[in-house]
Amino acid sequence: MSGTTMITDTVTVFSRELRPVLRDPFSVVFSMIQPLVFLGLFAPLLPEVEGGSALQWFVPGIVVMSCLFSTSFTGSNLLFEIQTGAHERMLVTPLRRPALIVGRALKEIVPMIVQTAIIVLVCVPFGFDLHVLGVLAGVAILAVMAVGLGALSYTLALASKNTEWMFWTVQQTVLFPLLLLAGILLPVDDGPGWLRALSSANPLAYVVDAERALFNGEFPASTVLSAVVASVAVAALGLAVGTRAMRRSS
Amino acid sequence: MNATMIQTSDLTRHFTVKKDVVEAVRGLDLHVAEGELVALLGPNGAGKSTTLRMLTTLIPPTSGTATVAGYDVVDRQRDVRRVIGYIGQGNGAAHSQRGRDELVSQGRAYGMSVRDAKARADELVASLDLAAVAERPVSSLSGGQRRRLDIAMGLIHAPRLLFLDEPSTGLDPQNRANLQEHILKLRAEHGTTIVLTTHYLDEADAMAERVIVIDHGTVIADDTPARLKAEHSGDLITLGFGSAADAGRAVTRLGALADAAVSADGAVVEVRVAGGPRLVPGVLRDLDAAGIAVESTAVNRPTLDDVFLNLTGRSLREGVVTTSTEEVAA
Ligand SMILES: Nc1ncnc2c1ncn2[C@@H]1O[C@H](COP(=O)(O)OP(=O)(O)OP(=O)(O)O)[C@@H](O)[C@H]1O
Ligand SMILES: [Mg+2]
Repeated sequence: MSGTTMITDTVTVFSRELRPVLRDPFSVVFSMIQPLVFLGLFAPLLPEVEGGSALQWFVPGIVVMSCLFSTSFTGSNLLFEIQTGAHERMLVTPLRRPALIVGRALKEIVPMIVQTAIIVLVCVPFGFDLHVLGVLAGVAILAVMAVGLGALSYTLALASKNTEWMFWTVQQTVLFPLLLLAGILLPVDDGPGWLRALSSANPLAYVVDAERALFNGEFPASTVLSAVVASVAVAALGLAVGTRAMRRSS
Repeated sequence: MNATMIQTSDLTRHFTVKKDVVEAVRGLDLHVAEGELVALLGPNGAGKSTTLRMLTTLIPPTSGTATVAGYDVVDRQRDVRRVIGYIGQGNGAAHSQRGRDELVSQGRAYGMSVRDAKARADELVASLDLAAVAERPVSSLSGGQRRRLDIAMGLIHAPRLLFLDEPSTGLDPQNRANLQEHILKLRAEHGTTIVLTTHYLDEADAMAERVIVIDHGTVIADDTPARLKAEHSGDLITLGFGSAADAGRAVTRLGALADAAVSADGAVVEVRVAGGPRLVPGVLRDLDAAGIAVESTAVNRPTLDDVFLNLTGRSLREGVVTTSTEEVAA
């Protein structure tokens, strides 16, 4: 029996999490149904803008929305494993506690990439202008954000042990304000001052701004940097509280 | 005497539920030597799972200490985890996974290479009769199939010390027998130390050479099943007579039996004594010679439930008859 490291432990947890997705890739599409419905029903209502399709503004937001939905739901898988006993069985193994959260959170990147690819490919025939480099840069930033949001969702699941309703209540209560204050469906720039203040406290808002620029093939340094800082901050926070919660988990 | 595998000292665990303190385990002193097979027996809520959860590092003790394989369960958690296997009361395999995938992941968690983990998974799939279901999502497995998968996962790294929390719950008689065989084999071939909890008295009786009876979070008895039964409960010989007068005369004659508790109720006499089945023929001959006609005879072997009843005044399993009766023709 060979020794393990933080990295091999993380790989073990990551590949275990990924396996059901690989076995049943269609599951990734399920959490996308809502964003795709928004895309289908909302996009036609968008006013025509000069010099291009309104999709250019709308699609990056939907990509972030899709990522927010699937990462915020992901804790429910852990919640279910806590209830059945699978989580307890993992806790008894020598897997390092940080690996238990990092491996799970890293896995969130995979569905995010698949979902982004589907959304972008669906929109190209309808006039969405594809800027490959920009999209790749946008995905890289979103990957960091996905890890952070996933870790927070797992933390919420660990905190909701024995009280499933708490997970769903908090998740639903936080999800929609985050979504609206990020300016995903409507721009917040024209809103009242208090709303803009709230929005500026929302890390997702910076990511949405950056994604819009990047998906349009632009690389404005300060916007991109703000998004990077916001994502890294969320990831650091998520992994820190997640590791703490995992150490206390039983 | 073999090396110490588990040593606890004044091990205590409280839970606080809405300001009420539940004393789940109170001052447990336990010593288990390497290679022992120990059954923890006790009613619902006795503190069996809580004890195992402390020994497996899942929850810290409120006070007291425990060492497992020489490592403190609080300070040396990872060392403890490397040595032990644990099959909990719940299901270890996640419903979204496939059985074989979970087995391989489990092996990887203990540091096995992918190739070793796969080979070991194949071995366990075969020996626990899981071949037909190993590629299916766990959610589609029956309760007994899931339990067998749990057991396979607990065995993946061939641990030196194995904890099983009610391993046979949900298994049909054939699979229970199969599991018992598996556990005994593990012990015979690898000298694995085994600590299990069970509600099945016959299981504790058949498998463990040491039974620890727990009630209200403390040990109330700790011995071999045979000695527990001999000490805390004998066989019960029930003799039926034609009249209360005959029964009365029988009681007088039976008074000569050594170490027997004799009581009469109408025309029925009960004798609580060790080695009942061997004594019955002699008793019958003796009563016959004295001209007392015995109309019916029964011998009830003691069960661990009798032991528990004797120790606590309560039955281990309410509403469940656990005595085995051997009728002897008079
Ligand atoms: N997490 C917990 N929070 C609060 N109380 C608990 C917790 N776990 C156990 N208890 C309480 O501690 C006591 C002992 O429980 P434990 O699960 O150890 O019993 P057990 O002997 O395993 O019972 P069973 O045979 O039903 O499995 C019970 O009164 C139980 O309600
Ligand atoms: Mg229990």
